[in-house]
Amino acid sequence: MKKRRKNTMLRVGLILTGLLAALILLGCFWTPYDPEAMDAAAKFLPPCLAHPMGTDSFGRDIFSRVLKGAGTTFGIALSTVAMGGALGILIGAVTGYFGGVVDDILMRLGDVITAFPSILLALVVISLMGPGKKSNVVLALGLVFIPSFARVTRTAYASLRDVNYVQSARLMGASHSRILWLHILPNTRQVLLPALTIGFNNAALAEASMSYLCIGVTPPDASLGYMLSEAQGVFQRAPWYALSTGLTLVSIIFGVGLIGQGLQREKGGEV
Amino acid sequence: MKYVLGRLVMLAVTMAAVSFLTFAAFDLISGDPATAMLGTQATEEKVEALREELGLNHPLLVRYGSWLAGFFTGDLGMSYQYRQPVGELLAPKVAVTLWLTLLSFLMIVVVSLPLGLLSARYAGGPWDGLWAGVNQFCMAVPPFFTGILLSYLFGIVLRWFVPGDFPGLEAPGKALWYLVFPALAIALPRAAMTVRMLRSTVVAEMNKAYVRTAISRGNDRGGVLWHHVLKNALVPVVTFLAQTLAEIVAGSIVVEQVFGIPGLGRMLVASISGRDYPVVQAIVVILALWVVAAGTAADLLGRRIDPRLKIGGRV
Repeated sequence: MKKRRKNTMLRVGLILTGLLAALILLGCFWTPYDPEAMDAAAKFLPPCLAHPMGTDSFGRDIFSRVLKGAGTTFGIALSTVAMGGALGILIGAVTGYFGGVVDDILMRLGDVITAFPSILLALVVISLMGPGKKSNVVLALGLVFIPSFARVTRTAYASLRDVNYVQSARLMGASHSRILWLHILPNTRQVLLPALTIGFNNAALAEASMSYLCIGVTPPDASLGYMLSEAQGVFQRAPWYALSTGLTLVSIIFGVGLIGQGLQREKGGEV
Repeated sequence: MKYVLGRLVMLAVTMAAVSFLTFAAFDLISGDPATAMLGTQATEEKVEALREELGLNHPLLVRYGSWLAGFFTGDLGMSYQYRQPVGELLAPKVAVTLWLTLLSFLMIVVVSLPLGLLSARYAGGPWDGLWAGVNQFCMAVPPFFTGILLSYLFGIVLRWFVPGDFPGLEAPGKALWYLVFPALAIALPRAAMTVRMLRSTVVAEMNKAYVRTAISRGNDRGGVLWHHVLKNALVPVVTFLAQTLAEIVAGSIVVEQVFGIPGLGRMLVASISGRDYPVVQAIVVILALWVVAAGTAADLLGRRIDPRLKIGGRV
């Protein structure tokens, strides 16, 4: 037997994402400073021991704000994946397994919808629901991501519909729901897990972009995207503001992207 | 030929569905445009007169019909915010965004095709892991962050252009030069994706039997890659590039804001914030047409490249 190759990508991705998630979790309960507290004496301080990422034009501690903002981005991306993933997998599983006319129609529709970039769709949905609210951002992104998850799941289920172990389960009298969730679902994980990480990244990117455009998450809620739009205006005075905010966003997406890529390699290694 | 017609009909049907859904959805939420245009203090008669003038008293389908007819004759209605015909408002912006998109697309193709082939050629080499990591990193950088960095580096430090001061298309040379930087910001993550996609397609193709045969007959690897593999790997790449055209437009929505470019994306954002629904509606339909047309073009091109698709075979 060949020894399994080290999966550096997966490992680095998990460590990076784990660290960030721990920091973000910490930020939910405790930040070094109050993210909103202004301090006229500490405007535009460059990074130092007291303020690891410096301060902004109001003397607010950027590190505390980045923690809060990253929390928002992470939370929104997670809830998008949870919502879009749950509904998408449900729809994709049922249509892929049973097939028929409904399947044909839904998948044609899915083809058309997934042809559109997710940011564009999310913008349209958010303009229909009213921009600038956190709950609307989650809802819009969740809705937009359903078709892509459904499509991936559907393909996996359709290919497993008639394999031997499913047929034997059917012969033994297992119910459809048992076959769907206990027999087939665990075997689709190699396709679904990378798809979920890609969805997470797209959602994080879409949220940050919309917040940057001031139609996603807006103050008083903290958001990396909105902070970047603030930071752009004062880039010459305080380049550390944009850099620390942007690089935090990049590392979240990079970490999860590495996990997804690593998972796909894992799959490739086994086949 | 029959197939081409079929695809065009499908394009028309899709666009009809998309435009109707957009129209109905914005109609549903926009409330009463007449009140929106005149303000809440307007008298009852004035509102009623404007409603009649705008044709708001007709049923939805009739209004959709006249809007659609207007779309083809270039009459897209009036903007609430600017009190200007939407068509007049959008025409120069479409041109700007089109230039930005094409420039960015060109960059992606020129950079990622050779890089993708090279990385497929040396797949499994000692630098493979590092290369994949760099690639993944490039994909993780959001265009608007790259945009901020680029406009600082090239705009403020090197003074190659003045950020926020778009010269306008009347000076095409200067305008194109200005657009190079936003196009670069959009192209970076997408080029990384294209490289990865091309790499995995070519590597999968290189593992097929015909490649082994060709190599065993004494052809060198580079020659086989160029003469045999590339053509077979091209169809999925063309499809992917069509998707890229759509994604670039989405990227430009954000990046136009970073660089202060008066394009469709910036207009879309401003109209969403200002609840200027006729404009949002028109832009959404224009962008949808762009996306669907790119997909159709890729489909038709794919059939030109790979005759097997014509007889319904699968690649």
